[in-house]
Amino acid sequence: MTATVVPPAPPTPRSPSGSILRPRKATGWRRFKSGLASVLFVLAFVAAAIPLIALVYYVTREGLKVFSWEFLTTELPFSQRSVDGGIGPAVVGTIVITVGATLMAVPLGVLGGIYLNEYAGKSKFGALVRFLSEILTGVPSIVMGLFIYTFWVLRVKEQTGFAGSLALACLMLPVVIRTSEEMLKLVPHELREGSLALGSRKSRTIRTVVLPHAAPGIVSGSLLAVARAAGETAPLLFTIGATQTANWNLFEGTNTALSVQIFGNANSPYIPAQERAFGAAFTLILIVFVATALARIVTVVYTRRVSGKS
Amino acid sequence: MTTTLTPDTTIDGVATLPPTEVDQPPAAESEVPEQEREVVFRLSEVEVFYGAARAVTGVDLDIARNEITAFIGPSGCGKTTVIRSLNRMHDLTPGARVMGTITYHGENLYSGKVDPAEVRRRIGMVFQKPNPFPKSIYDNIAYGPRINGTRKRSQLDDIVEHALTRAALWGEVKDKLKSSALGLSGGQAQRLCIARALAVDPDVLLMDEPCSALDPIATARIEDLMHELKDNLTIVIVTHNMQQAARVSDRTAFYTAEPDEEGRRVGKLVEYDVTETIFTKPGDPRTEGYITGRFG
Repeated sequence: MTATVVPPAPPTPRSPSGSILRPRKATGWRRFKSGLASVLFVLAFVAAAIPLIALVYYVTREGLKVFSWEFLTTELPFSQRSVDGGIGPAVVGTIVITVGATLMAVPLGVLGGIYLNEYAGKSKFGALVRFLSEILTGVPSIVMGLFIYTFWVLRVKEQTGFAGSLALACLMLPVVIRTSEEMLKLVPHELREGSLALGSRKSRTIRTVVLPHAAPGIVSGSLLAVARAAGETAPLLFTIGATQTANWNLFEGTNTALSVQIFGNANSPYIPAQERAFGAAFTLILIVFVATALARIVTVVYTRRVSGKS
Repeated sequence: MTTTLTPDTTIDGVATLPPTEVDQPPAAESEVPEQEREVVFRLSEVEVFYGAARAVTGVDLDIARNEITAFIGPSGCGKTTVIRSLNRMHDLTPGARVMGTITYHGENLYSGKVDPAEVRRRIGMVFQKPNPFPKSIYDNIAYGPRINGTRKRSQLDDIVEHALTRAALWGEVKDKLKSSALGLSGGQAQRLCIARALAVDPDVLLMDEPCSALDPIATARIEDLMHELKDNLTIVIVTHNMQQAARVSDRTAFYTAEPDEEGRRVGKLVEYDVTETIFTKPGDPRTEGYITGRFG
């Protein structure tokens, strides 16, 4: 035992008021900065929310003026000046064209994402695919429309909903590939090892452990791509033609879509056409909203079933 | 490591060794006749590389059937690298290479004709961090049997019950087999992972620091479990906990990491012997330094 005298610890510093819980120094400047920052954050949030709320409010208000079941189902009027008629064919067209594009782009994109994350590794081909899909993400949508027009429409010599689906699928594909890859990257390595250590093959591990784990993220990413595609006008302008009556057939005959109707009608000098454009815009937002909500519900139910939560 | 091994623990460790080994005269302990031990793994001149870096070198040892073999040593000494080479987990790490020969029941484990999936089915593995799948408890256990083609519900039910019973978890989960395995505590999750490995009826169980994330009570349960499983299984365990090695294992391999000619630290096997010998009269001063807490 040494006999060193330990100096007593200095007393806990106290503020002039004698409290240890209140600030020790006069901190008016710091408080001001903190308050200013809070105000700025709130203002930034409000600034970001204004356009969003204003857009939904304005489109809803204008859209509801013409919105009705008849509006959704009746055929397009032959004259833009006509106050009658609805947007039935455009609703049908948007649904079949977007569903067609989704059926092509999502499975292909998810498989591509699986390839990139699970099989390609650091290979040159994988890097090339990754690089190209990044470039493709930035290609303007009208270029996709032109591409399909020259490579498909001019060859088969017919504008169809399917050509529009092709153009939208080209637009969605890189987005789906990239989100799938990112979501698969987030699956913990221990889960893969756990499955492989039981004698599971790689393909089976991906199917039964990796994909279910990544599914919610992949669905969200794909939905963003679908929602964006559903609202695209440019890729459809040259590819689907125009129609006055509903065409459920994706592969035969010309078609139309809500986005194209909005484009045409909003450019029109006639009030009834402009009203129809708002009605169509509101319908489009509604369709995207319903599709997103449905897909989220399906994902939640599916994830619960897979993970055994009840 | 500052833990020292008290005489009490050593005696505990000895008491749990099987009679055949305790009966050996002390001098002959390190030379248990080969014919008494059925060799499961024989490693000769095993080296593992990660890319250009040599992680571990010079591993020569035999692992015998129905014994618990412990790998101990400081961090970075290559014990996890060696255990992962026993079920070809390195196949999944890009750039990892295993040199030298590892035979399993006399067959070259790394021969081109060997199916790695079959290797891993026969040689199960439990990881450091419990890794239950985000599925129900039942589906976790049934996962392995389903891969191997068992489809009948009644058969699966039996396998699940049997595996959970062997892993001493059945009593705790039998009423909630359908609920998520992610709701289990750490110790339960690790026993679930052991049950999941047992459900495919493996021949060997590799355990890579299975208790490092668990509290002492959960650890004790898993150690008891290892003793019970030993009758039907060969177990290899990597542990940082020397008392654990002394308590559970029949044989212990001590690894350490030393700089090579170029100054890079490379793991190597220092000593492999009957656990009692390693802990009471180690043949190498480095082993003695480690187990008495002077190093590592």
